[in-house]
Amino acid sequence: MVAAKKVIPGFSFTFGVTCFYLSLILFLPLAAFLLYSSGMGWEKFLGVVTDYRVFHAYGISFGTALAAALINAVFGLLLAWVLVRYDFPGKRILDGLVDLPFALPTAVAGIALTTLYAENGWLGSFFYGIGIPSAFSVFGITIALIFVGIPFVPRSVQPVLRDLDRELEEAAMMLGASPWLTFRQVILPELLSPLLSGTALAFARGIGEYGSVVFIAGNLPYETEIAPLLIMAKLEEFDYQAAAAIAIVMMALSFAILLMLHGYQRYRMHKQGV
Amino acid sequence: MQKKQGILAWSLIGLAVLFLVVMLVLPLILVASEALAKGFAAYERAITEPFAVKALYLTLEATVLAVVCNTLFGLASAWLLTKYAFRGKSLLSACIDLPFAISPVVAGLFFVMLFGRISPLYPYLRAEHIAIVFAVPGIILATIFVTFPFITREFVPVMEAQGTSEEEAATTFGASGWQIFRYVTLPNIKWALLYGITLCTARAMGEFGAVSVVSGHVRGKTNTLPLHIEILYNEYNFTAAFAVASILVLMAIVILILRNLIEWRAKRGTQHAH
Amino acid sequence: MKKKSILAAAAGLLILAGVFTGCGGGTAASDSADGKEFLNVSYDPTRELYQEFNEKFAQKWESDTGEHVTFSQSHGGSGKQARSVREGLEADVVTLALAYDVDEIAQTGLINKDWMQKFPNNSAPYTSTIVFLVRKGNPKNIHDWDDLVRDGVQVVTPNPKTSGGARWNYLAAWAYASEKYHGDTDQIKGFIQKLFQNVVALDSGARGATTSFVQRGQGDVLIAWENEALLSVKDAPDQYEIVAPSISILAEPSVAIVDEVVDQKGTRKVAEAYIQYLYSKEGQEIAAKNFYRPRDEEIAAKYAGQFPSLKLVTIDGAFGGWTKAQKEHFADGGTFDQIYQK
Repeated sequence: MVAAKKVIPGFSFTFGVTCFYLSLILFLPLAAFLLYSSGMGWEKFLGVVTDYRVFHAYGISFGTALAAALINAVFGLLLAWVLVRYDFPGKRILDGLVDLPFALPTAVAGIALTTLYAENGWLGSFFYGIGIPSAFSVFGITIALIFVGIPFVPRSVQPVLRDLDRELEEAAMMLGASPWLTFRQVILPELLSPLLSGTALAFARGIGEYGSVVFIAGNLPYETEIAPLLIMAKLEEFDYQAAAAIAIVMMALSFAILLMLHGYQRYRMHKQGV
Repeated sequence: MQKKQGILAWSLIGLAVLFLVVMLVLPLILVASEALAKGFAAYERAITEPFAVKALYLTLEATVLAVVCNTLFGLASAWLLTKYAFRGKSLLSACIDLPFAISPVVAGLFFVMLFGRISPLYPYLRAEHIAIVFAVPGIILATIFVTFPFITREFVPVMEAQGTSEEEAATTFGASGWQIFRYVTLPNIKWALLYGITLCTARAMGEFGAVSVVSGHVRGKTNTLPLHIEILYNEYNFTAAFAVASILVLMAIVILILRNLIEWRAKRGTQHAH
Repeated sequence: MKKKSILAAAAGLLILAGVFTGCGGGTAASDSADGKEFLNVSYDPTRELYQEFNEKFAQKWESDTGEHVTFSQSHGGSGKQARSVREGLEADVVTLALAYDVDEIAQTGLINKDWMQKFPNNSAPYTSTIVFLVRKGNPKNIHDWDDLVRDGVQVVTPNPKTSGGARWNYLAAWAYASEKYHGDTDQIKGFIQKLFQNVVALDSGARGATTSFVQRGQGDVLIAWENEALLSVKDAPDQYEIVAPSISILAEPSVAIVDEVVDQKGTRKVAEAYIQYLYSKEGQEIAAKNFYRPRDEEIAAKYAGQFPSLKLVTIDGAFGGWTKAQKEHFADGGTFDQIYQK
């Protein structure tokens, strides 16, 4: 026990509540799932997850999720910056809009985006015109994942950016640093942690996204078949274990990303603390 | 605020606005235009239809319960993660993020495996006439599962930035845990609380994937609004589907407006006080 | 310390108890107020059919027995629906796209193994088949399965892995190729492979595929349930037309009583009457009106005009039943996986 740190009362209460809630909502269902899928044995597990087609689906899921997360990182940072630093008419509305992708059911988002980007849609007719099949393609999947991930980055960066000390920045500018240099050397390092965290969350969300993607994907094996769709396909065959195997790999990878993120943040805090 | 905004600022604003318009506003406009495609009477008929109204009530019930439970949990867990140092904190923190890493479809499957007919618990539940999956409790649990990290995530950075010195000081004056929370911590995190609740509410209302797995899709009984939209869509009743979707968008907008209103009034209040 | 932990646990329990009782109570109350509840778990394209059927049957049941029963429907992909029933969705009857899905439920003991013999015609009160839906005027000149493997023809069909209807599509194509190549498996596979190379969207369900074709303007031809195709043509007669291939398959959507559930709920009588009503003249007429091929000869003759006549093979005759077909074609490593192998 590191008693010195626990001067504030309420440790056991909050610890109890947190653990209890986590057990019921998270660990118990997770345990049931793992128990259920533990019957398959290593051989089947490896057989399923190393299947060429499953491999491709992972590739597509991770590739599109990464692309979408990176695009969201850039535009999310831009959004956060614009919303915190500048004044312009309609700013409040813009700020409110950012959260909307969460509220729109993913299926509706998928349907709306497919309608927009299909060959006969408002945007699709433009994209198809210049030779880009914007729906039923990897492009379409990425669009859907960008949509569902929009809120993560701005919402992580905004609070930190708001509290950021302006003095350093002004000092840098006074010393003759260009705005770009100031941004890169002074501001960006401070924002790196929330930016990473937002991007990682958007990435993790994108990997598992199903509802919006099925509509716009086209679902062709090797081309536009995402991993969650394969899980559904295995389930339709009543092959719970194969479905679980694919899900476990995805979960493990996403969880590893989140763990790395937490490790990095702790490392940074530690460094700052020293 | 900067008084003079140069070309750089305006072009950044322009870019941010363009991004949001293309990625977010266009799909929303599409939803609205499809919803009203057959005139206002058809719109009104679609949203006042008894099954739609029942689905709305169920969505509200699940959302309110999920948000209340998750807020309490979020407060306890954020307090635990920021006010104390203990072994396994990093792991616990990553566990709280785990639902972000789990595909909602798989999350729904967790509960099916825990409470469904394939679970060893099922005979006991059946004997007591307790229906959890394919009934309302399952929908609520699934909603809680996918949304519980939101509030904790919103609190942690703020409470971390705030540190523990104020609480420690209060402790030395002999304040109880509850008093410290009520009078020291809560005033500092009320904005984070507001943001967390809004995000959680928005996400809970729109959850589709997980709920779709644990719901039996029975109209008027286990159909939430997002599922109702899917049903209407599959009946080729596109106008009604988008009309119901527009309700969800409107609800989200109302929540966001409320949030901004509270924030604005409170800020005006503090300015007057100065 | 210890006391506080207990307090914490109690608080947590209280919250969760609220979740469970709050809603559990609600559903129990509605059960007793409305009288009996009856749930038919069905697949996607039967929505319109059972909407009409349930209404008529509810009236009939109430006037025959004086008992008020609330009929509910659940729709979705056939496999997904079967899975829900297996996992605990309490259906009184299931009306699914193919016998295989009912067999899968029967394996868990929820439905008696001999369900297929329980009602006439393999427990399939109405049938359908697989036809092509093309754009008005048939611009790509599509007349038979051969035309679907031509270069430049874009095909839309749902994914046989996730959609029951799509399995009928696949087998219908297989039946055609089998006759063309006199059963030479390699050549048949080559044909099917070419067909699926022309597929531009492999939606997860039959309704999704129809939407891709109709709403999104994807593809030149949709391989579809006959009833879905007829519905699309009825809704937009100047945009689409139906092409009947030379060979197709007799699709027999199965119906069954979920024995364990009806015995527990005490709804066996309603369930039996419900399914028998499907076979009655009224029931058959409702099916025909919703573009399903009726079994009853009199009704079939009355509606003969709306169904194109074509040569139909059966699943039992051409493929040795669903269990065998499923294993050969759609299970992991089956022919469908093989044609996508690289």
